Amino acid sequence: MTGTAVGIGALACPAPLTPAGWVQLGHGSGGKMSAALLAEHFLPYLANPALLALGDAAVVPAGATELAISTDTFVVSPLEFPGGNIGSLAVHGTLNDVAMMGARPRYLSAGFVLEEGLPFDVLDRVVGALAASARAAGVPVVTGDTKVVERGKADGMFINTTGIGALDFDFRPAPTRAAPGDAIIVSGPLGRHGMAIMAAREGLEFESRIESDSAALVSLVEGLRAGVGLEVHVLRDPTRGGLASTLNEIAAASRVGMEIEAAAVPVPGDVAAACEMLGLDPLYVASEGVLVAMVPQPWAAAALAALRADPLGRAATCVGRVVAAHPGLVVLRTEIGGTRIVDMLPGDQLPRIC
Amino acid sequence: MCLGIPGRIVETHADAGLLMGTVDFGGVRREVCLAYLDGQVEPGDYAIVHVGFAISKVDEAEARRTFEALRELSQLDELDWMREVAERSLSPGGGESP
Amino acid sequence: MKYLSEYRDPSVARGLIARIRREATRPWVMMEVCGGQTHTIVKQGLLELLDGAVEMIHGPGCPVCVTPLEQIDKALRLAADPRVIFTSFGDMLRVPGSECDLLQIRARGGEVRVVYSPLDALQIARRHPDRQVVFFAVGFETTAPANAMAVWRARELGIGNFSVLVSHVTVPPAMTAILESPDNRVQAFLAAGHVCTVMGWTEYEPIAERYRVPIVVTGFEPVDILEGMLMAVRQLEGGRHAVENQYARSVRREGTVPARDLVARVFRLVDRKWRGIGEIPLSGLGLREEFADFDAEYRFGLAALEVEEPAECRAGDVLRGRLKPHECPAFGLRCTPERPLGAPMVSSEGACAAYYTCGRFRHPAGVEG
Repeated sequence: MTGTAVGIGALACPAPLTPAGWVQLGHGSGGKMSAALLAEHFLPYLANPALLALGDAAVVPAGATELAISTDTFVVSPLEFPGGNIGSLAVHGTLNDVAMMGARPRYLSAGFVLEEGLPFDVLDRVVGALAASARAAGVPVVTGDTKVVERGKADGMFINTTGIGALDFDFRPAPTRAAPGDAIIVSGPLGRHGMAIMAAREGLEFESRIESDSAALVSLVEGLRAGVGLEVHVLRDPTRGGLASTLNEIAAASRVGMEIEAAAVPVPGDVAAACEMLGLDPLYVASEGVLVAMVPQPWAAAALAALRADPLGRAATCVGRVVAAHPGLVVLRTEIGGTRIVDMLPGDQLPRIC
Repeated sequence: MCLGIPGRIVETHADAGLLMGTVDFGGVRREVCLAYLDGQVEPGDYAIVHVGFAISKVDEAEARRTFEALRELSQLDELDWMREVAERSLSPGGGESP
Repeated sequence: MKYLSEYRDPSVARGLIARIRREATRPWVMMEVCGGQTHTIVKQGLLELLDGAVEMIHGPGCPVCVTPLEQIDKALRLAADPRVIFTSFGDMLRVPGSECDLLQIRARGGEVRVVYSPLDALQIARRHPDRQVVFFAVGFETTAPANAMAVWRARELGIGNFSVLVSHVTVPPAMTAILESPDNRVQAFLAAGHVCTVMGWTEYEPIAERYRVPIVVTGFEPVDILEGMLMAVRQLEGGRHAVENQYARSVRREGTVPARDLVARVFRLVDRKWRGIGEIPLSGLGLREEFADFDAEYRFGLAALEVEEPAECRAGDVLRGRLKPHECPAFGLRCTPERPLGAPMVSSEGACAAYYTCGRFRHPAGVEG
């Protein structure tokens, strides 16, 4: 097929269309490649009902009741960023995953992989922030582990946290419960975390006051439990892959379509500006202190009131609705009245020049 | 072609003889090379920036003038458009494209 | 954002759409030659709003899409070289070469870094004097001044470990090639606003004259594009063919002279192959002899390569406007953004990728469940 083949070292891809036989960075982006990695290399080995529900946390029986369990590994670089560090992120991320299933987080574990050469003052700040975040949420870290690896093997530090929460039967959001007619609500402005990280990357540096929005969503969820209860159909936090990926996942899991209004999606001015500069779409940028809720339309007002009563949810707003049409597809109505599909990205969003 | 966005020049300085500046894009700031607009711009001016280089100064008077003209034009047209859209969606076979 | 957000004003946009629809007595066929304009048109869903009045054919306006396969393969080889830190604009990373792409080279241990500006690449060279830093200098005339400055500064400051892999293309020869094509349907052009910001519009006057096509220099926001289309429609309806400037807040007839001057000092016109189209004479920029030291192709001894495109990829037909993305038999089936056959499906400005991610539900075969 090709003319003079360009032999590139040890590479031996036989044909341009064959997918690479190794893990790539895009597999960690939360987009289609991540989904494929899961489907092709994990689920075939590990399938069981609790896992296959593929919620933010797994729901497992525990005597007369049920527990939610979630685990997450944090590999963010830089370790410290405006608005937090890998330690606070590790707590918030896992607490939020447990809370998105409607569970009340009870306990955390924390495992650390430390890179040789990591300065102690960095370690102290990270562990201090981790402890403070857990304490603020009222959730103790009851067990942990530390390992040290050679220089160059761990980007400073990796942290895994696992959270366990108690579930009640009267509050069960799940990714499969979105129903036509549901209002799609976001608890606050999007994209701060992703752009705060981006601003610190070498080669893309820019000055901004954008701070990560990393926060525990537990109180917001409690507010929804009290104000709406069982009619909260779906809760999810739009982390990697942003709002677009989250909505696509839920649309697929619930086999429904979604329609959102571009003008209604809240993006802070400086996040929007940074996205303009790099040619990024804010719909795909991660937030770590925002939740997406889907509730039947008659309950939307109550849900918004409950969210807005909380300091983290003051800017809660409705961005669209779930529909029966075009199941699995998320459609956006643009500011000028056109429509387009908002798809999952294959991998990471890349800054562009065109 | 290409991603060029308007920003406001906040300050200018020389970096080993090359004219550079800090440009503010809606709250986000970046260092930008102003060498191609040397002598034409000063702090407070707006420039179009592409890959870290200012490629033109925004003609603010021109921008204002044409935008006002467009806005006036469109106030009449928008009513027409809305009527047209309403008519199309009411007619049989009209509405959303398949 | 000032001078940006106003040009997304919904009521102004709707008013322009109404006016275009009213003034066009028949569907006119226009082409934009700019990935950024393609992006806006598709992202804002303008095509269906203008159905019946304007048909847009998306031209070869994405420098990523038209970068010849040989240059991508040279980039891959450089990126795999352990001496090299390979720097590039983000959009190049997923473009398929003959065997892989830059992201896959990175996964195998090659050092590949995304930068926002060529000056950032120069900075990386200063910070890592023990490594060779190569910058992938891709783009239309808009980006040439930035790339020229990086080379100029490298020489001025004696940054010996910096070099560039050049793959620049220029717009006017491509427009002429399209107009010369026997099955050309394009009746008017929207010229790329930022290319013209740098170059001015004098090169387009002889084209408008010889081929009797209106050419409107247009910006990138929805209001800009709609106003540009309206100006083109008015010329077409009136039987005129001139160069007009919609993007007056940024573009002047002579362009930005100091930028043109430095580009002319550092680069010269060369013949250039356009991926999917073939060679267009004097349509590219290469480094002048005196800057050969900074040319990565010389520094790393990269032989002249001849590479053939995969036969199934119809990128050429799409880029020339002969085929709409969803008319390609491989679209959405054998060719998707995850498994692209050619560049227009990979680059987010490529017409195929734009159609796929933003308009897929209009293609009967491509819709899932």
